[in-house]
Amino acid sequence: MTTHSPSRRARSLCRAAAGLLTATAICLLAAAPLSAAELRIANSGEPDSLDPHHTSGIWESRILRDMFMGLTTEAADASVIPGAAESWTVSDDGLAYTFIIRDHAWSDGTPVTADDFVYSLQRILLPETAAEYASLLYTIKNAKALNEGTITDAGELGVKAIDAKTLEITLEYPAPYFLELLTHQTAYPVPRHKIEEFGDDWIKAGNLVGNGAYVLEEWVPNTHVKLVKDETFYDAANVAIDSIVFYPAEERNAATKQFRAGEIDIQFDFASEQIDWLKENLPDETRISPWLGSYYYTINTTKPPFDDVRVRQALAMSIDRAAITDKVLKTGELPGYSFVPPNAGKYGEPAYVDWKDTPYEQRVQQAKDLLAEAGFGPDRPLEFQLRYNTSENHKKIAIAVAAMWKQLGVQAELFNAEVKVHYNDLQEGNFEVARAGWIADYNDPQNFLYLMEGDTGANNYSRFDNADYNDFMNQSDVETDPAKRNELMHQAEAIAMAEMPNIPIYYYVSKNLVAKQVAGWVDNTADKHPSRYLSIVE
Amino acid sequence: MIAFVARRVLIAIPTMLVIITIAFFMMRVAPGGPFDQERQLTPQIEKNILAAYDLDQPLPLQYVRYLTGVLQGDFGPSFKYRDFTVTELLLTGFPPSLKVGGLAMLLAIAIGIALGTIAALRQNSALDHAVMATAMTGIAIPNFVMAPLLTLVFGVFLGWLPVAGWGGGALRNILLPVIALALPQIAYIARLTRASMIETLGANFIRTARAKGLREQIVVTRHALKGALLPVVSYLGPASAQLISGSLVIEQIFGIPGIGRYFIQGALNRDYTLVMGTVIVYALLILILNLIVDILYGYLDPKVKPS
Repeated sequence: MTTHSPSRRARSLCRAAAGLLTATAICLLAAAPLSAAELRIANSGEPDSLDPHHTSGIWESRILRDMFMGLTTEAADASVIPGAAESWTVSDDGLAYTFIIRDHAWSDGTPVTADDFVYSLQRILLPETAAEYASLLYTIKNAKALNEGTITDAGELGVKAIDAKTLEITLEYPAPYFLELLTHQTAYPVPRHKIEEFGDDWIKAGNLVGNGAYVLEEWVPNTHVKLVKDETFYDAANVAIDSIVFYPAEERNAATKQFRAGEIDIQFDFASEQIDWLKENLPDETRISPWLGSYYYTINTTKPPFDDVRVRQALAMSIDRAAITDKVLKTGELPGYSFVPPNAGKYGEPAYVDWKDTPYEQRVQQAKDLLAEAGFGPDRPLEFQLRYNTSENHKKIAIAVAAMWKQLGVQAELFNAEVKVHYNDLQEGNFEVARAGWIADYNDPQNFLYLMEGDTGANNYSRFDNADYNDFMNQSDVETDPAKRNELMHQAEAIAMAEMPNIPIYYYVSKNLVAKQVAGWVDNTADKHPSRYLSIVE
Repeated sequence: MIAFVARRVLIAIPTMLVIITIAFFMMRVAPGGPFDQERQLTPQIEKNILAAYDLDQPLPLQYVRYLTGVLQGDFGPSFKYRDFTVTELLLTGFPPSLKVGGLAMLLAIAIGIALGTIAALRQNSALDHAVMATAMTGIAIPNFVMAPLLTLVFGVFLGWLPVAGWGGGALRNILLPVIALALPQIAYIARLTRASMIETLGANFIRTARAKGLREQIVVTRHALKGALLPVVSYLGPASAQLISGSLVIEQIFGIPGIGRYFIQGALNRDYTLVMGTVIVYALLILILNLIVDILYGYLDPKVKPS
């Protein structure tokens, strides 16, 4: 043991360390000044790709919407307005659309022509492109056949250039949502001259050209995507923001802290667990708005005892939805009593379950009776696995629902898996009851209801295949009268709510943080907010 | 010495081969695939995609193709980030990881040794207890707890430092992640240094040095420290491994575009090639660091001959 005094060296080391700390602190206090016309966005993920034909994520669509413009595009409130097409006419049978292409150019000055659209729609549908979301365009004549390889001549696709400025698109069946569908990234034009010059590298900054309000300046993977204003954009005079930086911001709590610290102007999809704090402290910046999406539990209708409608109805009836939205989620979600959320397209009120207004205690009693009829009771309890993909909210909801089912004597074992495993199991039919969700691709009830059609394939997790339901949906596909079409879809949805292959739990809301200095933001059910309409005010 | 290094490099080759093989097949055993998602693909589209990535070929053939590619320096395309090859992603991800990890290592060594030495010299004093209590806390609090705490205090409450983001690697952006990453290592190294310093200070050769009338400063820095650092040096191998695994979490929390993030994202996304690429880089890194530690050890301790 030593009793010597500490060495001078140790003391000088301490002094050096203290000096270093002071110096660092001084450097850091000088924060970088921010340019007024730059918009900093916490997006909710890193883009898989910036090629519109190879994306399906909402976070990618936010970036692509600023770089490309479809034949139709979104207004500030996400309503459909003319985009790359300045006008169009529709044939009486609703099958043929003739578009007049707007006089505008790619960001390198090359004019955008009808041929660009023919090329783009052929490209996404050709099997060798391997576009994961090509199926969205199957309403176009011969699109499915081309994509599946049953026809090989891309010229047979129902997309023709009459001349440089006139484009004709023919559909398989009249789809009243077609103009809205054209705003989706799968229908964006891509620059043929650049793709032929650079191949897969056309998407790199410097090579990439678009016809939207912004052009790619830089993409540092997992760091940011930076766009700058495209002065050749046809409406550039009305675009206020000079540059946009999208941060991947996968850590949503960290992004909210960045927002609080003023490092971010917009955060898309903040984490629900922050809601109490946000409502208290940032009430003006917290934007919660109904969103076209349904959160539901899907039931594998091919597995006994879930092939028994009484069992499915009992499970659906005994869920206290208001308790989930008000006590578990607390972010303004609305209890779901139908598969299609209210106000999808011009659908009006959806077809609700007939016990929507029955008091909860009564519903629980009815559910008990139904289960008893189906042969389940205290001696023979219904036991199964409730699956969800790993997430704090999915877990909380599953716990709450399992507790509600417990009063029927149902024993639901919770099972969570990461997202890839979860959806693989759903696709394989390797589940009994499982959590799922659907956000509309376009604002039309058909986009929800097709999930339960017998021939939908993988997205029909419940394996529901009801002849009447299929029949109503097939009729609605070819019905050109909007009122009759709505009626047919209502009838289909009523069957689904009686048969209950998918148990609706709640309707989604969009949850965004928008800084006070961002002007021009309009809350909307599609949760689409093109940057060209936004500006930054001091 | 050259023979020693050459032998280690030769052993590294089969080691790497085993690591690559195990990682390759483990990834494929994991349920779910790179293209499973909430919006399911139609069977035909899925077939198109699998064909585009050669995933429709038999697994052994895929393995041979992958190995051949790696030998030629081609890590293949990323399944998730299709606009980049794995090599491109690793090349952009490695410098940020190296910067944060390297600085954290330097910080941990400098501060850890200094604190440990001070504590040893003032053994059982209030200062010693304070340093050791802080060190215990540093070890006990995992960095995924420490990191959000640091951002809350310095980023949100005080507003001195950015909460997250890379900012091109600016000092203000990397300070918090470096500190969060270094803290547990500072604590370990301080404890190691203190213990070994106390032992060395009681050794005969130190008594001899003092008896010769050497100044205390020289006794400590020239004689005691060199001996006391041996356990610290041998700890640097495991420390670098811990820094790497710590960086997985830290990079995620601070949004640092490093390869640690690619490792996690790649595993969750079943981005087979990206995971393989990061595994290879990490394995190489650990092999190289261990080799350096062994060489250093031989240099510091004359009893150990690198043979």
